[in-house]
Amino acid sequence: MLGWFRQKRAKPSSPEAPEQAPETPAADAERANEDNDDGRVGQSPPSTKGHNRQTKQESAPAAQSFFGRLATRLSRTREALGRRIDDLFHGRKEIDADLFDELEEILITADLGIGTTTDLLEHARSCVKRDKLSDPQALKALLKEELIHYLNGPRPHEELTLPEGSPFVVMVVGVNGVGKTTTIGKIAKKFQQSSRSVLLVAADTFRAAAVSQLRIWGERNKVRVIAQQEGADPSSVVFDALTVAKKEHYDVVLVDTAGRLHTKVNLMEELKKTKRVMAKQLDGAPHEILLVIDATTGQNGISQAKLFHEAVGVTGIALTKLDGTARGGIVVNIARELHLPIRFIGVGEQIDDLRDFDPDEFIEALFVDHNTNGGRSKP
Amino acid sequence: MFENLTDRLEGVFKKLRGHGILTEENIKDAMREVRMALLEADVNYQVAKSFVDTVAEKAIGAEVSKKLSPGQQVIKIVHEELVALLGDNAEPLKLDGPQPAVVMLAGLQGSGKTTTAAKLAAQLKQQGRRPYLVPADVYRPAAIEQLQILGERIGVAVHPATTEENPVDICQAAFQEARLNRYDTLIIDTAGRLHVDDQLMSELERIQATIAIHEILFVADSMTGQDAVTVADAFNARLEISGVILSKMEGDARGGAALSIKRVTGKPIKFVGVGESLDALEVFHPDRVASRILGMGDVLTLIEKAEAVVDKQKADDIARKLKRSEFTLEDFLDQIQQIKKMGSLEQILGMVPGINKLKQLKDAPQPDERELKKTEAIIYSMTPSERRNHRIINASRRQRIATGSGTGVADVNRVLNNYGAMLKMLKKMRGKPSMISGKKRRKIPKGMRR
Repeated sequence: MLGWFRQKRAKPSSPEAPEQAPETPAADAERANEDNDDGRVGQSPPSTKGHNRQTKQESAPAAQSFFGRLATRLSRTREALGRRIDDLFHGRKEIDADLFDELEEILITADLGIGTTTDLLEHARSCVKRDKLSDPQALKALLKEELIHYLNGPRPHEELTLPEGSPFVVMVVGVNGVGKTTTIGKIAKKFQQSSRSVLLVAADTFRAAAVSQLRIWGERNKVRVIAQQEGADPSSVVFDALTVAKKEHYDVVLVDTAGRLHTKVNLMEELKKTKRVMAKQLDGAPHEILLVIDATTGQNGISQAKLFHEAVGVTGIALTKLDGTARGGIVVNIARELHLPIRFIGVGEQIDDLRDFDPDEFIEALFVDHNTNGGRSKP
Repeated sequence: MFENLTDRLEGVFKKLRGHGILTEENIKDAMREVRMALLEADVNYQVAKSFVDTVAEKAIGAEVSKKLSPGQQVIKIVHEELVALLGDNAEPLKLDGPQPAVVMLAGLQGSGKTTTAAKLAAQLKQQGRRPYLVPADVYRPAAIEQLQILGERIGVAVHPATTEENPVDICQAAFQEARLNRYDTLIIDTAGRLHVDDQLMSELERIQATIAIHEILFVADSMTGQDAVTVADAFNARLEISGVILSKMEGDARGGAALSIKRVTGKPIKFVGVGESLDALEVFHPDRVASRILGMGDVLTLIEKAEAVVDKQKADDIARKLKRSEFTLEDFLDQIQQIKKMGSLEQILGMVPGINKLKQLKDAPQPDERELKKTEAIIYSMTPSERRNHRIINASRRQRIATGSGTGVADVNRVLNNYGAMLKMLKKMRGKPSMISGKKRRKIPKGMRR
């Protein structure tokens, strides 16, 4: 939560700075500390234009940094599967139908969906024709530009501000098994590193042992957890928690809700109620409603995002489980359709495995060639 | 959200003059649409490609039926192929041989292994077996506790394990324990792991080497996208899985992952998870998923949904009233409330086959939840006698109702007009009560409740 404005500051002054070395938790904490003094949080909204100009020079180091950072985890991915990391555009002389076919496969395999992929390639084809492009590298820049545009939307994302003198309340929502509780554990750590006091709220009163799971995360972080017995009304847990948070002046309150399928009307109603109760107890709460999306999710992710957004008004997305082989392209669709900022990516089970979302790196990773895999899945 | 494949194909053939016969040319167009539908349903790119090739081959050689339009004919072939691919019959668990039988569940994090383990145990217990749950997830916080709680709920013993132990040792100890206490089926809940995590994958191999396992079931989230194939393939390559359980099927995922996994691993899908309650595990029906993947509407699910919320007594009541044209505004209100219970209007409509065609019309009525709410409010603002006899609602009563419900007189008029039109329609339908009574009773899937 802290990180997403850290980028904003780091970038304009020295775009290469965050990419120099693999981040250590200590460095992370230090920077987070520095930046957090102004008390503002918000997504880094790289202005689309500025980015476009930089795209070319940055693409190489960005790719490296992404892989650099995830190197330990991702390298074993590729070794295990015998994948060849190969830039699709590298070594190509011209733009031809084959290249477009391969692009289609890559984009669809990254879960961008047929609609977005078709739009993207249509756009690319018309640009190639209009500007008489022949250099594959130029095509790549063009695609990246358009994808960044999809991710950032027509207007910059609103920045979030830590409220003065009252707790900043984050409600974490999502379908079952996407990693809500784990994400909360990691976010708690991030806030702690910037010496903010954190309160965890176990509003998942439905799933067996969900409360204990959060308690264990609380112990690991040495953070207080507010909980009631299993089967309690989540709204009542939230009400109690906010009372405590206000009285004891906690800076940040993280609310873990039960996983629910977006199509279950009664459970979505319950979520709406929980949100209403928060707003009643504390003005402006919840300040952030974070929807957690599993990177392996396919086109159903759109439906998830839409229905959660309809119900409670999602304000940000966390993309988890990016340490596998899934590339999480569904968030491009979601960002494009609902104009929601992507705040974090989760890249592992350890407490430090939460990173800020960087559109540039993310898009670079989409284009990783995975052709060696294509042959295997042919029956 | 998605277009119906049937509509799309009809469109393809209509475009061709001469109203379409199956030629190589128009089949090619049709196959493009089929491919799009498959990809939208998260069928893997390569699987979709080869599937379409097979279907095209069959379609070209197919005899032209007079009953079916070319579009329908292609759909029929696609549907048949999908079912053939997904498997015709349900494949039961194979628990014969040396006892205790061992079932191991494996999969990615959050795919639903722990819940599925409990569901499976509950089902086996019902079938007269003596299952023993083994928590072998020592990594995720509170995973063991979760299984213990679930075991208690379904009355199945859970092996006492702690996070200090090694999963391989836990399994071995549980196996000995099962022998001593005459449990006949071990169900091992393993930790979620990435298929690329060599260390954790080899842990599963070590369990496999330690005790004789009858069934290794790969648990996959039905909402998984293109990556499903890679993951399933990796698990199968390391462990030689014996079957697949598809979880979270009660949502609106199209389930293309099922097709991809079956195609790539060749292993049958044995069960689907359809809810959070512990009896929500069903035997897999290939045909239902086939229809769902094609976006042909899911009438079965719709019927089930309706049956889950509709009170049988009330439905019979209303059917009787309809027969005698006694359908009052009160009954109208009842109906509205039942529709609301089924889910959002758009969602309900999405399950009706062919509804997308309707949506494409320019002035098609948009489903609007607020309209329903308004109608409700208006009826609530009527006196009981007004609700029973709408004819007494004159201008001044209309004014009062409008004020009471926070709407306008025009809104009140519209509700009354709609109701009037409905009565008229019902009069026409009289004599055909079977159309509305819905006598056939089907089992309500348990997953629909929670």
